[in-house]
Amino acid sequence: MTWLASHFNYVVVVILMMAGLFIVFSSGNLIKRMIGLAMFQTSTGLFYITLSKVSGGTAAITLKADSETGRALAAPLDPAYVAQFGVDGVVYSNPLPHVLILTAIVVGVATLAVGLAIAVRVREAYGTVEADEIDALSRVAAEQAEPAP
Amino acid sequence: MILLEALYVAPPALTAQAPILAIVIPLLGACAAALAPSARTAWVISVAAAIFGAWMALAVAGEVMREGVLVYVLGGFNPPMGIALRIDAMGALMGLLIGGVGTLAAVFSGHSLVAEVRAEKHTLFQAGFLLCQAGLVGLVFTGDAFNAFVFLEVSSIGTYALVAVGEKRDRRALPAAFNYLIMGTVGATFYVIGVGFLYAATGTLNMADMAARLATLDQSTVVQAGFAFIIAGLGVKAAMFPLHGWLPGAYAGGPSLISVLLAATATKAAIYLMVRFMFEVFPQGSAFGQAFLTWGLAPLAAAGAIVCSIQAVFARELRRMIAFSSVAQVGFIFLGISLASADGLSASLFYMVAHGLMKATMFMALGALALNIGARRLDDFAGVAREAPWTAVAFAVGAASLVGTPLTMGFLAKWGLIEAAITSGQVWIAVVIAAGSVLTVIYVGRMIEVIFFRVPLPGAPRAKEAPIGVLAPLLVLAGLSIWFGLDASLPEQLAQAGAARLFEVRP
Repeated sequence: MTWLASHFNYVVVVILMMAGLFIVFSSGNLIKRMIGLAMFQTSTGLFYITLSKVSGGTAAITLKADSETGRALAAPLDPAYVAQFGVDGVVYSNPLPHVLILTAIVVGVATLAVGLAIAVRVREAYGTVEADEIDALSRVAAEQAEPAP
Repeated sequence: MILLEALYVAPPALTAQAPILAIVIPLLGACAAALAPSARTAWVISVAAAIFGAWMALAVAGEVMREGVLVYVLGGFNPPMGIALRIDAMGALMGLLIGGVGTLAAVFSGHSLVAEVRAEKHTLFQAGFLLCQAGLVGLVFTGDAFNAFVFLEVSSIGTYALVAVGEKRDRRALPAAFNYLIMGTVGATFYVIGVGFLYAATGTLNMADMAARLATLDQSTVVQAGFAFIIAGLGVKAAMFPLHGWLPGAYAGGPSLISVLLAATATKAAIYLMVRFMFEVFPQGSAFGQAFLTWGLAPLAAAGAIVCSIQAVFARELRRMIAFSSVAQVGFIFLGISLASADGLSASLFYMVAHGLMKATMFMALGALALNIGARRLDDFAGVAREAPWTAVAFAVGAASLVGTPLTMGFLAKWGLIEAAITSGQVWIAVVIAAGSVLTVIYVGRMIEVIFFRVPLPGAPRAKEAPIGVLAPLLVLAGLSIWFGLDASLPEQLAQAGAARLFEVRP
């Protein structure tokens, strides 16, 4: 149980990841496949954020020690430490994965937009967004174009 | 070497900034092309940006030849904190391939787009093309693992869109592009997960820094899992057998220009990144890495080389045939890499360039023929050599290089691979390469027989010789396959220097 409590986020990441991948590969509907893909990408976002979380950590923003927030954050710390280092001693979460995943989210949104745009064009060209119907239409077209030898 | 010095005339001020200019100019060109008032303007922008990018890649290659490894720090933040471009001989070679093929493809696009893409999409097509160029050059130049992901996706988003616009000629391009997007994005996300694992283990994203910290961590399951995710993810992008499902459709459905780009540069850039992770980032000689190369990569590559060659023999559409052939050839490249020796890697890098040039030639020749006859099936190309002799000859040169005829680059490439395999004592790899080559002769023989010796079908549309704007880049590409077949010093030196550096870091 304690293992589950301490790894809860990772369990959620794996569940989301597998659910997303399953939808991508099991569904025949192009839109549903895009939804699965978005879930899959989002799960990596949660993974990175979980990596960077430090328990009790705050946002990584430099604070002045004599500001109101600074005093609040300095309160639990050793006064001698604060006198020497300021409130820099406040524990904060690693900001780098946040920045990375922000970039990854932007990339993901762009991919999603291109994917949905292609799905719209597929609908216009074939009149359906179901993969098996598209395959059937393509096969008919191929057979008409080249009669069996 | 002589060729390089003759062409390399960039002023020092430009040379100092060449690595970033090679990426930024195509990127800005993409914005300009998207806003261009007419297709003609967009084409001029595209050609100009591609030529400039290739020139800068050449300047970078010159610097690398003189100095070894070139490090370009971005934004004044020193690595490992900041992002840096880091170019060694291998990266310079890939940069030259991407810049060179990209330039010729840009020239070629002027005519081919008219036949293959709706008129209102031409400006956006050029924008997508330049986006892809910028992404690929960035991918091979960057020294940061996450930055590589961003460039990978920049180039991929360009290629997804470019495959989809092939729908004017064949609506099957749309589902093919969609599949490619799904597979490509899943692959890229795998890569991100893998990089996340490595970051968790090392706390750095700079590849050189990561390599230093991983040196003692190769037994860690986190690192091994991250490595597996990265290889699987990039394997999708590189169309590594059996992850190549998206490729035949994308090659067959998209406009010829995108087939040229995907075959010659996009998949090769992914292989390049894999090589960097395998031999530079991940500690060499670890039991895990060695087991992966021997029992994972080599058998899959051999299976791909044989199975896809057989599929190519039985394919009916000409472009699909060449697409399967590409997957098979990627198998050859991975066989060389799996030897895990400087010789094997250098032979594989050389093969990558040779294969890029030959496949670009063949797809471009097909694109030139498709301008007039719009054909797909092999039989539709019956006897086109009578009406379009130059195009057919260029195609034949590419095909000859694919088979490995002496005096072409393909011969030297195959020779190098087989030699490296025998030197490493892996005779079975040499046998697989020989067997794959025999299958290559069969399907290439079919193509040549139909194009040159078959009588055209009655009532079939008559082919015409392609206009000079298409013929010129095509003949240059074919000429390069022969030039490097006679004097391979430029690609060979860069490939050897790149491979030697990777294997000297940790002997």
